[in-house]
Amino acid sequence: MKKFMFVNRKAPYGTIHALESLEVVLIAATFDQDCSLVFIDDGVYELVKGQNTKAIGMKNFSPTYRALEGYDIEKLYVDEESMQARGLDEDDLLVPVQVLSAAAMAALMADQDVILSF
Amino acid sequence: MLHIVNKSHEQSRCLHSCLRFASPGHALLLTEDAVYAATEAGAGASGVAEAALRLNIFALRPDLEARGMAAKLAEGVTAIDYAGFVDLVAEHPTSQTWL
Repeated sequence: MKKFMFVNRKAPYGTIHALESLEVVLIAATFDQDCSLVFIDDGVYELVKGQNTKAIGMKNFSPTYRALEGYDIEKLYVDEESMQARGLDEDDLLVPVQVLSAAAMAALMADQDVILSF
Repeated sequence: MLHIVNKSHEQSRCLHSCLRFASPGHALLLTEDAVYAATEAGAGASGVAEAALRLNIFALRPDLEARGMAAKLAEGVTAIDYAGFVDLVAEHPTSQTWL
């Protein structure tokens, strides 16, 4: 088993990055890999509660983050500085996460076998 | 660990975020428009000058040359060619491209 880290740094609907990341996460989980998801910069917007995409005609994929637990993906990490800079706290997010300092996040990154950026 | 950035520091936050998470001793390779951050004029504002004290910073020479910046490389940054790029990737167990 390898340690995979998925680094998410883009907001959910302006680009395809967030959705593509989620697809790859689910594939990696299918192969029973040790997956960590990291949310930095605008990536923290992916986890905001209450997303409603009806009027923009795009799929609301935010409920998928809540389904990750069913795939044994429970390592979700949010960069504290990115969250605070966007006026968000853990109560604004739709899944339980661990909030990390930049130093703790850097240590976690350095401990991975594979890092995939989105 | 090797970090790779290919966007201008004036256009995107990629380099800024990379520098926030890169740990002492890590390598940073600047390619494409990110090489402007490794020039004498850009190294201050981009944070590269300061980061050079704790990271091993490289810039891809073909990209510097293409942009007329090869003679303006900032102190503390090493220019490398494509073979050097391959060596860097091979030397580091993990690499992260900051998209």
